[in-house]
Amino acid sequence: MKVRGFLIGLLAMTVAAWPVAGAWAQDKTIFIPLFVYRTGPYAPSGIPNANGFQDYFNLVNERDGGVNGVKLVIEECETQYKTDLGVECYERLKGKKPPLVNPYSTGITYQLIPKAPVDKIVVHSMGYGMTASADGRWFPWVFNFPMTYWSQASAFVKYVASQEGGMDKLKGKKIVHIFHNSPYGKEANPTLETLAKQHGFELTLLAVDHPGQEQGATWLQVRRINPDWIYLSGWGVMNQVAVKEAASKGFKMDHMVGNWWSGSESDVVAAADGARGFKSMTFHAPGAGFKVHQDLVKHVYDKGKGATKKDLLGEVYHNRGMINAMLNVEALRTAMLKFKLKTPPASEQARWGFENLNLTEQRLEQIGMKGMMRPLKVTCENHESNGMAAVQQWDGKQWKIVSDWIEPIRDVVRPKLEAAAVEEAKKLGYTVRDCSKEK
Amino acid sequence: MIYREAGQFKTTYAADQAIFPIAQDRVVVALAIAAAFLVPPLAGSEYWLQAVLIPLLIYSLAAIGLNLLTGYAGQLSLGTGGFMAVGAYAAFKITTAFPQVNIIVVFLVSGLFAAGVGLLFGIPSLRIKGFYLAVATLAAQFFLVWLFNKVAWFSNYASSGTITAPPRTVFGVMVTGPEATAPARYVVALTLVVLFALAAKNLVRGRIGRSWMAIRDRDIAAEIIGVRPLRTKLLAFGISSFYCGVAGAELVFLYLGSAETLAFDITISFLILFMVIIGGLGSILGSFLGAAFIVLVPIFLTNAPHALGLSVPVALQKQVELMIFGGLILFFLIVEPHGLARLWQIAKEKLRLWPFPH
Repeated sequence: MKVRGFLIGLLAMTVAAWPVAGAWAQDKTIFIPLFVYRTGPYAPSGIPNANGFQDYFNLVNERDGGVNGVKLVIEECETQYKTDLGVECYERLKGKKPPLVNPYSTGITYQLIPKAPVDKIVVHSMGYGMTASADGRWFPWVFNFPMTYWSQASAFVKYVASQEGGMDKLKGKKIVHIFHNSPYGKEANPTLETLAKQHGFELTLLAVDHPGQEQGATWLQVRRINPDWIYLSGWGVMNQVAVKEAASKGFKMDHMVGNWWSGSESDVVAAADGARGFKSMTFHAPGAGFKVHQDLVKHVYDKGKGATKKDLLGEVYHNRGMINAMLNVEALRTAMLKFKLKTPPASEQARWGFENLNLTEQRLEQIGMKGMMRPLKVTCENHESNGMAAVQQWDGKQWKIVSDWIEPIRDVVRPKLEAAAVEEAKKLGYTVRDCSKEK
Repeated sequence: MIYREAGQFKTTYAADQAIFPIAQDRVVVALAIAAAFLVPPLAGSEYWLQAVLIPLLIYSLAAIGLNLLTGYAGQLSLGTGGFMAVGAYAAFKITTAFPQVNIIVVFLVSGLFAAGVGLLFGIPSLRIKGFYLAVATLAAQFFLVWLFNKVAWFSNYASSGTITAPPRTVFGVMVTGPEATAPARYVVALTLVVLFALAAKNLVRGRIGRSWMAIRDRDIAAEIIGVRPLRTKLLAFGISSFYCGVAGAELVFLYLGSAETLAFDITISFLILFMVIIGGLGSILGSFLGAAFIVLVPIFLTNAPHALGLSVPVALQKQVELMIFGGLILFFLIVEPHGLARLWQIAKEKLRLWPFPH
């Protein structure tokens, strides 16, 4: 009897807590859902990232009074970096009419790309997701500026060349790509293969299965190949293990370069001193020495509204969360200025804002991010913009930029990207649009 | 009182052996099926259909599949995720190679592929039993997922290795791909589940099901009375994998839309095994109850604080959710080790006597 009573109680509670979807009429604020992973295996990267988002949106509300006078309302949804939870989050929050989503996982991005034009919600996968979606003629609703995985990989090869003394010196060099065996990790492979053929370096691709703790066999192979450079596309615990293995095998750490998801504080702490010299790609500067951080302390943290501790500002992923939030805000602002809005932009308008985003040096200075990020310009054809990458290095205490801004090899990447876009769009039955007709 | 059978006489063997011998049951089940077909597509929001009910139906189908193998035939399997992956990738390959073939046919054929693979991995079951068989089927899980990840042919050489469900129609209605509406997907999933559940129910009541149960209860005795272990066990593996394969194809085509091999990793095998154990081993109804428990309770726990107006940090909420969920699993297993289906059975027995228990 007791059990039945309990069951009936449970049923009653289920009915009582039936989520009220659709009943959301907010026309005074912009609703932005945040897909976060504060728990699960990838939480060490997910937490600072989510905090960065929170902090910047709060800053815009506190310092600027919102975007063009319209306040931002955010709601977090926990995905644990799992695709099915991400889909659940999306379906639950899309009823609140968000102009955009940041999926924050390549797997979830792949789920949302087909839904974007149907639901009319912009998908902004900043530096992740499907590279081919950078062709805006086929994928009008998907944006991946400031850069794609392919551009990043080409920038890495250029960096290696600059260290070796020129593109012609790449011939005969041995480069190993250690990657997470998932759509995310595989992304860089086609570009690296093309460049290997062109410039004559020997490329070896070594896959590491999710989640990445098991790398014994991988590093035995690395030892046998004895590569000149290692490119690492890892994520979460895989990075920590890889850095640790490299350090313990005595690999030259300054010849190992992570992609921009393989170069944060949490990736190097496990290897302690051994990680010193490890490099990674990035598209923004680390550290808390920028004006935006002073603003953040003044307007948010001193009011007790900060998402994390003050001394954790400037972490790579906190900065990246802020950059991502900033790009969202600037795109929305572009739309609101164009359509002279004092209300949230409609979905088509928000999309226009993303497509016509022109982030100038001057604007970066206004928002306190000068030097933290390069200016960029998105166009109808090019949804990855003209962003550039840099290399940062771990000096044992903090990450520091150690290279100039590197222009990706666009004449190699772009044609491949366009071909891939046709391929991907065909699967979804899309038609191409004519960018000269867009205003 | 309501559940009284007085006056219901069975005059034929067929009536006596019907799936639902009690008239009230027949009415309730018929109403429930009708309601399932009518109410959600007309009244349910897209969130409920797409994020809750469709995965529920698909997992129910996979749970029925595993229940046939583990609950009825007694063969413990951890290869469910692998067999689902076979179904999903087979469906993807078939429908991209032959776009004109009806997608339902594609689902069924990909189920056959999964059945073939299941037969292959079922062969060791003749020699290996119990936990050892679980380890052997674990090999299927890891091998199949590795295979689909390794060989680019399976994903049509997509650089990311992701398979995407192309748009396909049934009777002129779009059921897969991004343009397909949630009600259309739901109706397809529901139709398949209803048909397959009915087929499974009849299967386990007949000669095949009885031979499975004989093998499960004592294989030597079963062999002595003339049940051939190899054929019986392999049949269980084949049919179970067929169900799992169809469920895997549906998972990609009706629910996720696109997937990578990670969607079929070992956690899904465990998840479906938990559904079967919590729902009730050896019960078709239990497969549905188990799937409902595993799918609905976390979603309920996620939404509960919101509905009550509490603002809890998401990380804390997720952790509390996992703790409560784990606690509930323990609670149910302690209170009723035979699963939710057994609870329902007890409730039914009591209802039949109520209000005059003796």
